[in-house]
Amino acid sequence: MTREEIYKALDEVFEEVFDDESIHVTDTTTAEDIEDWDSLEHINLVVAIENRFGIKFNMSEVTSMKNVGEMVDIILERQ
Amino acid sequence: MRELEYPFDNDYILKKKKSLKKELLANERQFIEKKIAILGGSTTNDIKLVLELFLLNYGIKASFYESEYNKYYEDAMFENLELEEFHPDIIFIHTTNRNIIRYPEITDSESEVNAILESEYERFKEMWERLFEKYHCSIIQNNFDFPTYRLFGNKDATDIHGKINFITKLNLKFAEYAETNQNFFINDINYQSAQYGLDKWGDPFYWYMYKYAVAVPAIPNLSFQVANIIKAILGKNKKGFVLDLDNTLWGGIVGDDGVDNLTIGEETSEGQVYTDFQKYILEHKKMGIILNVNSKNEESNAIAGLRHIDSILRPEDFIAIKANWNPKSNNFKEISQELNVGADSLVFVDDNPAERAIINQELPEVSTPNMEVPYRYIEVLDHSGFFEVINFSKDDFSKAEMYKENAKRRQLQKSFTNYDDYLKSLNMEAEIGGFTSIYMARIAQLTNKSNQFNLTTKRYTQAEIEETAQDQLHITLYGKLEDKFGDNGVVSVVIGKQNKNRLDIDLWIMSCRVLKRDMEYAMMDSLVEQCKKRGIEEIYGYYYPTAKNGMVKDFYGLQGFEKVSEDPEGNTVWKFEITDDYKKKNKFIKVEE
Repeated sequence: MTREEIYKALDEVFEEVFDDESIHVTDTTTAEDIEDWDSLEHINLVVAIENRFGIKFNMSEVTSMKNVGEMVDIILERQ
Repeated sequence: MRELEYPFDNDYILKKKKSLKKELLANERQFIEKKIAILGGSTTNDIKLVLELFLLNYGIKASFYESEYNKYYEDAMFENLELEEFHPDIIFIHTTNRNIIRYPEITDSESEVNAILESEYERFKEMWERLFEKYHCSIIQNNFDFPTYRLFGNKDATDIHGKINFITKLNLKFAEYAETNQNFFINDINYQSAQYGLDKWGDPFYWYMYKYAVAVPAIPNLSFQVANIIKAILGKNKKGFVLDLDNTLWGGIVGDDGVDNLTIGEETSEGQVYTDFQKYILEHKKMGIILNVNSKNEESNAIAGLRHIDSILRPEDFIAIKANWNPKSNNFKEISQELNVGADSLVFVDDNPAERAIINQELPEVSTPNMEVPYRYIEVLDHSGFFEVINFSKDDFSKAEMYKENAKRRQLQKSFTNYDDYLKSLNMEAEIGGFTSIYMARIAQLTNKSNQFNLTTKRYTQAEIEETAQDQLHITLYGKLEDKFGDNGVVSVVIGKQNKNRLDIDLWIMSCRVLKRDMEYAMMDSLVEQCKKRGIEEIYGYYYPTAKNGMVKDFYGLQGFEKVSEDPEGNTVWKFEITDDYKKKNKFIKVEE
């Protein structure tokens, strides 16, 4: 998958998890930008992304990812 | 909703829970509202959110209290105004092996090990007792899952210092407590974790990252089981099976292949599959689940199949046998009407997806599990949780008999032209009195199951019923009806609250299986008598309309009440003045107080 394709797929996951079809994520999107993205929803998001891309994040990645861009970097590297 | 029936997709539910909730709430069904407190020994957020979905799917709209992270013990043991104000109907204590404080050390003596076991158990027992005393509600408690490692290997199960051995003993003690406490229920996560796969269930990633003791992907399994216990407490279990025959109860088609060529019996592998499935169905009959047949067949062929020498199920095991060429949805409706059991209480068991689709379309409230691979039939039915057992009441064991007796009554009724003569011929005897402990479970069950003959549709848990029975200001009455065909068990319940010289009726319900038998009059006579003893002069009755209780709209009018008021929603208030010359209304039932 290219970076663009990953973004497209990520949009779908975010839209489903937060039940909001208007969400579009970019490199700089963080939890601040999405209303329902709190620490409790973070886990559901992580699990949904792992399932979508067939990858597993490790513990330090889950805690250290600062924005969607870093998330995409990991997905690109892992796939 | 198909997405929330077994076998469900855990990841899908977790991901889509927001939109699933919206969809469930958009449904125009009537919900029972209940308050549920979750006291957690680890993170419970998603457990709550997914539990909410499964409950909505069962017609239960829950509001929740959730303890702060791992504050289950403090919430239970110390003053807690928020929880008191919340006034829970049900408390669910979500603890796991992560909440065991002390395990035996390798060097501990046997008596030291026992002391540790006792202290772990006592900590929980004190909590249950305090909660029950304080909140007087049903309590659901997890037992313990096993840890994902075994220090001694297999010996961990048998050595008194092993964690597996310790947890097994602790779980047995929990089970013993559940056996003797009717409002206490164990959610068996020890089984659930085994079924899910222990390593995945206890995946430590979710513990270290988010303090979820049960891995997030496993949560729907856990929440589903808790929802099953709750719907069973609230009397929303299924009541019976409607079964197809060909390729469901036996292999082959009896009309085409002939009785002698059916696949059933111990001789072949395939035959064993159907034999075991029939045994599984028969076990249900023994616990009071009613069995019916809905098959496209000549009736003679259907009966011949059930008389096959290897058929475990016999024609006598079924209440209604519909074997004909009518659409199965018509047969299904007829069965539901004849038994006087809502279609939503019957499970349709058929291997043919086209037949299931017709039922889904015509009767969307019916559960139609996917019966696809014969050797998985048992698994599909079993894991669906249709018949979650709460307490066995004697009534449950004799339920099948009761439905048979009803069929005989209907026949007798047909032979009389005068209805009064028919009632006389039934030789009815009733037992009417204040709630007593042996009937509490049945009374609570009735208050949650009755929808049609139910004036206020107020629901009670068993704990609330017990509390009301003890309260001096309440008049409680249960009515049990017997006739020459058999015992109907407890069929009617009335609860009224005294306020000086007046009584307000909070609840008046009756099981529809004794409609038009004069039982409502017998109950009224007893109620009036109780009122007289207490110096009550007037009785107020209330009717609150719902989608299902139209049949009792004018009930109080028929009982001789006068309508006092009616609001735009159709809620009515009725008044009855007790006079000295009150004449008993019941003419056909001999009443024993």
